[in-house]
Amino acid sequence: MQPDDTDRRILRRLLAEPGLSTADLAERAGVTPATCGRRLEKLRAAGILKGIRARIDWQALGWAVEVSLRVTLDKTDPRAFDEFLAAARQVPEVLELQTFLGRVDVRLVMIARDMGHYQRLYHEKILTLPHIADLEALMQVARIKPAGTLPL
Amino acid sequence: MSDLDPTDRAILRALAEDATLTSAALGRRLGVPQPQVWRRIKALEDSGVLAGAWVDLDLERLGLGVTVFLGLKLAIKGRVSLEDFERAVTAIPEVIEVHHVVGHYDYRLRIAARDLPDFERLLRRRIMTLPGMGEVEANVLLSEERLPGPL
Repeated sequence: MQPDDTDRRILRRLLAEPGLSTADLAERAGVTPATCGRRLEKLRAAGILKGIRARIDWQALGWAVEVSLRVTLDKTDPRAFDEFLAAARQVPEVLELQTFLGRVDVRLVMIARDMGHYQRLYHEKILTLPHIADLEALMQVARIKPAGTLPL
Repeated sequence: MSDLDPTDRAILRALAEDATLTSAALGRRLGVPQPQVWRRIKALEDSGVLAGAWVDLDLERLGLGVTVFLGLKLAIKGRVSLEDFERAVTAIPEVIEVHHVVGHYDYRLRIAARDLPDFERLLRRRIMTLPGMGEVEANVLLSEERLPGPL
């Protein structure tokens, strides 16, 4: 399936307001509710619309620290990626895992309750992950442009 | 709000997967009466724990085949230059996330481009010309997974 202009218009509106009902979304996109529902169903079936998911604000739950950990792996071992990722998935405080082509091999987003907790997690759960050659942390200060728009 | 019980956690887990679930459907799945589920969701929304929804799309299928994470360092600092930089960078449609960070870089950007030539054009014409630009590091995204977190 190749999404057309109408599909893109519906998705743009949905991105802007993910909580809209199909009827409201249809009105904003200028199509009938039946068309809107059918289009969304097709986009879902084709795997283009993978889901509408709730956002959890971890700060509101008392997790004040968010860190982006940029990892370079020791790639002399061919199992480095798989073993590192498998172990990182077991750390409950890890929210995101990305792999890259570039200077950084893997990035982890990890949260902690405070700096003391972060330090403990870093020593006990991160530094003990396998095949790390280099590790660098970026501390999250603020989201200037939050996720939610796309150049569709 | 930090005292979540197992039912709250189960609700958060389910909604993080599918925010369109109704309280009735959630109640059936968790074996909890619908009005109770509704009240719990309301409390999680009121305390800011449930902070809206996001749309998970297959970007490649929508013609955005390349995602790049950029680390940026500003060459000149000061309040005015930060504001100028932030205003200019958030105005670029292909820049879909901007994070202010502390560490080796000052900002972290997520960029969605059609392909590598499109990304190169964007980098040269829009990113490198931003006010106060210093060092840039680009990493092309190969795979991404989101985990449920400590629930």
